Amino acid sequence: MNIAGRRWHLLLFRWALMLLLLTVAGGLGYALLSLPEQAVGLSEQVRVNMEMSGVQNPVTAVLLNFRGYDTLLEMAVLLAALLGVWSLGAAEAHRRIDPQPVLSLLVGGLAPMMILMAGYLLWVGAYAPGGAFQAGSVLAAAGILLLLSSKRFPVRLMGWPLRVVLVIGLGVFTAVGVTLLCVSGGFLQYPSGLAGALILFIEAAATLSIGVTLAALFLGGRPQAGPYR
Amino acid sequence: MVLQWLFDSVLVLALLWLAWRVLDSADLFKAVVLFIAFGLVMALVWVRLNAPDVALAEAAIGAGLTGALLLSALARLNDLADTTNETHTLGRKK
Amino acid sequence: MSAALLYALAGVGLFTLGLHALIVHAHLLRKILAINVMGSGVFLILVSLGGRTVGAVPDVVPHAMVITGIVVAVSATALALALVLRVQAATGRAELPEEPLE
Repeated sequence: MNIAGRRWHLLLFRWALMLLLLTVAGGLGYALLSLPEQAVGLSEQVRVNMEMSGVQNPVTAVLLNFRGYDTLLEMAVLLAALLGVWSLGAAEAHRRIDPQPVLSLLVGGLAPMMILMAGYLLWVGAYAPGGAFQAGSVLAAAGILLLLSSKRFPVRLMGWPLRVVLVIGLGVFTAVGVTLLCVSGGFLQYPSGLAGALILFIEAAATLSIGVTLAALFLGGRPQAGPYR
Repeated sequence: MVLQWLFDSVLVLALLWLAWRVLDSADLFKAVVLFIAFGLVMALVWVRLNAPDVALAEAAIGAGLTGALLLSALARLNDLADTTNETHTLGRKK
Repeated sequence: MSAALLYALAGVGLFTLGLHALIVHAHLLRKILAINVMGSGVFLILVSLGGRTVGAVPDVVPHAMVITGIVVAVSATALALALVLRVQAATGRAELPEEPLE
């Protein structure tokens, strides 16, 4: 096809795309504008059931109690993504980088504080904004800082201890659910006195798992058995 | 009341402008850095919408972790491109 | 127009911007950025529509969904980036091939 015809095709494509996107945006905007101004949603049911949930933070109650099954599946998705990344190849070999003084100092001071902050976020998630995902992400950030500063993790920790920590979140969650299924007849049906303690237990395991999984996703491949980062 | 509307409109405009610059800039490194800034402005929006838990998660995961992942991948893409002697430039808008 | 509606419309804007960039650009990393922006737009719509309650306390169920969504988005982004690196290692480029417009 000659140049003029190709240019005409491109122009047509561009205008058709703009038209399509304007239609999509217009349709969505119209749907939004036709929604009622005030809507209760599920806030009333959440408020009514807060005492039996075991925590005071409604978001944690929804995440770990009312919709705990969704959170369990989400941790499975995280693990599945890590398995996908690991199946694509091994992590690249450690590059010889001279330890930079500012980074080493920063990491040495920051990493312990971030671990402490992760513990605090985990604990305070029952009363105030916080929780397992926020704590796990701060833990992952500490792990990424360590990886960036060329810290070499002991080789024997990269084998099955790493796998155990990766699986422990999902494992504890599922184990609690199955135990409750056998004992009280409902999967993840917390007994009213134990709900707070069970939520904290599950969240602690989940924080560890989420932190290590996210840091391992940053690594980008299967950790090697030999001396590496 | 007027101040709230002013604040809201400034946030929304900043969000949309940052998104446009992220998706439209010629240099990929600049796009990723602006994406991190976009994530942080999103965290502000979550706070404005009375969602502090979401703000914590967005700032740590959405901005920090995704930004770190993207920068690491960009560095590896550029490395791989250098070693295979590609003729077309990465990071140039297609 | 309430503040919730303004942010919901901003979410629609983000979604449309991301969709445009997803279709137009050929570079895979740009497509990943576009998908992330689309995801942020959807989260914005969810949470802002959850803020339409009477009174100060918002509906927290969308907040929990969006927290889950953010974590799923980052894991999908990590997997997508690993795939992009494999595509580059296998084919030498991180872009979709140019198609003839016949």
